[in-house]
Amino acid sequence: MTPWIPFMPERASTFAWRVDALYFYLLGVTIVFSVLIAGLIFYFAVRYRRRVPDEIPEPIEGSLKLEVAWTVIPFLLASSMFVWGASVYFSQYRVPSDVMELYVVGKQWMWKFQHIEGQREINELHVPVGRKVKLTLASEDVIHSFFVPAFRIKHDVVPGRFSTIWFEATKTGQYHLFCAEYCGTNHSGMIGWIHVMEPADYENWLSGGAAEGSMASIGEKIFQDLGCITCHRSDTQGRGPVLAGLFGKQQLLQNGETILADENYLRESILNPRAKVVQGFQPIMPTFQGQVSEEQVLQLIAYIRSIGSLPETEQPLPGAPPSAPSPSGRRTRLQTAPKNR
Amino acid sequence: MSTAAAEVEAGSNYINVSYGVKSWLLTLDHKRIALLYLASVTLFFFLGGAYAILIRLELMTPAGDLVQAHTYNKMFTLHGVIMVFFFLIPAIPAVLGNFLVPIMIGAKDLAFPRLNLASWYIYMLGALFTLYVVLRGGVDTGWTFYTPYSSAFSNTYVIVTGLGIFITGFSSILTGLNFIVTIHTMRAPGMTWFRLPLFIWSHYATSIIMVLGTPVLAITLVLLILERTIHIGIFDPTLGGDPILFQHLFWFYSHPAVYIMVLPAMGVTSELVANMSRKSIFGYRFVAFASIAIAVFGFLVWGHHMFVTGQSVYAGMIFSFLSYAVAIPSAVKVFNWTATLYRGSVSWQTPMLYALGFIGLFTIGGMTGLFLAALGVDIHVTDTYFVVAHFHYIMVGGTLMGYLGGLHFWWPKITGRMYPEAWARFAALVVFVGFNLTFFPQFVLGYMGMPRRYHAYPEEFQVLNVMSSAGASILGVGLLIPMAYLIWSMRYGRPAGPNPWMAAGLEWQTSSPPPPENFHVTPVVREEAYTFRKT
Repeated sequence: MTPWIPFMPERASTFAWRVDALYFYLLGVTIVFSVLIAGLIFYFAVRYRRRVPDEIPEPIEGSLKLEVAWTVIPFLLASSMFVWGASVYFSQYRVPSDVMELYVVGKQWMWKFQHIEGQREINELHVPVGRKVKLTLASEDVIHSFFVPAFRIKHDVVPGRFSTIWFEATKTGQYHLFCAEYCGTNHSGMIGWIHVMEPADYENWLSGGAAEGSMASIGEKIFQDLGCITCHRSDTQGRGPVLAGLFGKQQLLQNGETILADENYLRESILNPRAKVVQGFQPIMPTFQGQVSEEQVLQLIAYIRSIGSLPETEQPLPGAPPSAPSPSGRRTRLQTAPKNR
Repeated sequence: MSTAAAEVEAGSNYINVSYGVKSWLLTLDHKRIALLYLASVTLFFFLGGAYAILIRLELMTPAGDLVQAHTYNKMFTLHGVIMVFFFLIPAIPAVLGNFLVPIMIGAKDLAFPRLNLASWYIYMLGALFTLYVVLRGGVDTGWTFYTPYSSAFSNTYVIVTGLGIFITGFSSILTGLNFIVTIHTMRAPGMTWFRLPLFIWSHYATSIIMVLGTPVLAITLVLLILERTIHIGIFDPTLGGDPILFQHLFWFYSHPAVYIMVLPAMGVTSELVANMSRKSIFGYRFVAFASIAIAVFGFLVWGHHMFVTGQSVYAGMIFSFLSYAVAIPSAVKVFNWTATLYRGSVSWQTPMLYALGFIGLFTIGGMTGLFLAALGVDIHVTDTYFVVAHFHYIMVGGTLMGYLGGLHFWWPKITGRMYPEAWARFAALVVFVGFNLTFFPQFVLGYMGMPRRYHAYPEEFQVLNVMSSAGASILGVGLLIPMAYLIWSMRYGRPAGPNPWMAAGLEWQTSSPPPPENFHVTPVVREEAYTFRKT
């Protein structure tokens, strides 16, 4: 249990103390300087108040020593703030590898969540305590911002790309989720709750829903419905690259560059296929912009990730779910060597 | 005193030299143009203030019950647009700067009097666009116009508002250009660069930002308007654009714009601290160069508005470091002002109360900027009320205090008459108390996690919001009092005489109000700034 301090938000993640410690350091330094300046001003204003209406005090030139002192000392203190702040920031934005993955879509004016196993939620998110959770954030329309004060995390959800953020909850309970970037009329209604549960309760909760199957299996259905399968065949004879085993690999592009086939690349290739064409293929794929929602893009990617990802090729994947049970996600029938490395 | 009184009654000055509406609307006198600006920015200040009062009324209760969400969003947008572009940016340069820059350097007018008048007409044209938006139903994008909300989603008057700001920007550019040329070419004999009052140095620094920064805002707004009308696809991701690009462009101007607002107030504070304690500014050259350093570094820190947008972690670190760097010259100024008081003859008259208030509140505003520049803390507090409190401490606690202090200090010069001292001290106290009660609780609210631009909020935030709203009503009253007694004093105030403060500076060597050509004989400067002697 952490001590309750009035007018402070709860501390419910591993970041909370790190951010608060830095905050208290800043508070300490700035209070000392504010009191010093305010005290000096008040003292001088009283001590040297005008006593005779037309008095002229002796002029004082200035002092190089003082100027150097009050340039260098604040600079050193500011540098310490910079270094400390940067180290906290760095750890917040560097996602560790052993994470559980969750997917978030912001749209005017609601938060939609998908668990790998298929559960979907709106404005409520259930997570286990003591487990690192990585969120992949997408926006259906404008810029939103995912903000959980008790976790001290915030990240803009920018349309046209995926963003990622992670946290590890340390305390069960329910915590505010806010949209922090102004997103239109009902911006202040785009709020929800994060429910942090004991792992066992979370497992219980997980087994309760998911009528439609895992994200990957929904993705597979979309893959077939949209006819992706006609070009992206499982053998090397298709007009498009083989997708099995592609996720997390470097792809050689037409212009000779290589790119890592991560979530952002797959997203771009679905919505704007001609931007980065794999070498050896024609830019013939039509765009699916407007035909698939951000959620469906996430499901398609979950499917692509699931095919052909043998346990041994799983290692280099950033943040593959180590223990998330996704039985339908482990497919073997489409395992074919990719045409291009 | 009696000769000065006679001058107010009979002598020819810039106010009584000619009469009639035409003599004001077609004037080329920088002092009259300053008064045209004074009337205009005052009007907009109270319009923007009315929106602030409505916002604080809505936030008295957690539920969004006074106005609808859509209306609330328009209120904070118009509050921001009006206060930033039509009050804070022009207030000190276009009113006090216009009046004082030529007189302080011993010139008869600005270098380009016609451009100066044109700048006021351009400002008014932009203002008309904004008033049209106010009357026709408003705009709801926030004063920051973030895409793609502003370019593809908002159904309000984004284009007209954008055009209004685009047009008004040119009045800034012309004012800045005029100041730069005037300061370079029209200084009186003997007025060397290091004899210039610090007010001039800070206005010079401000002018650099106005001339170099404002065109970027203009380009950004044009791109936004093109995006909205013909969908050029530069910001909208569904057209292949990048919404974050807008933020880079917007803040490339709008962060330096903060220094357009606060640098002139720093210049005013330097004058007030020196003249009201009859001491030369401690470390004159450091204070002067600090203004230039702020203007230059101010252009390199825009990325600190975007630490959570997903810009590269390393870019974030560079912007964080530069943001700390830009804080240093501001700190140097604060220390030098404080040291100036040492062994001075410190007056407790109203201008000094505002100057000391400026130093205190600007210090808090600046110190909380250190929290926001700290990457790890910024993640938590950005886009919350912490930011709202921080920039109000800079803009209201800083710019508005500086403006009010300057207005009181030079009021005798501008009108030839004194304001009522007792009322003015009382109002300064009310403003100080009201301001702190309004905005200090917002720091706490922000750290607790209340996001900004929220029409409704969870109940645990109510106590602090009620405190803030109570403070706003006190602040509102505190700002109406000067409005009343300043107008009263124009007719009934005690005649001031040329130098009621025993202040140094060329403006105090000419009569109050000054003659149309400022000086009957061009002054020759033989001493450093802030050399005080008994008059």
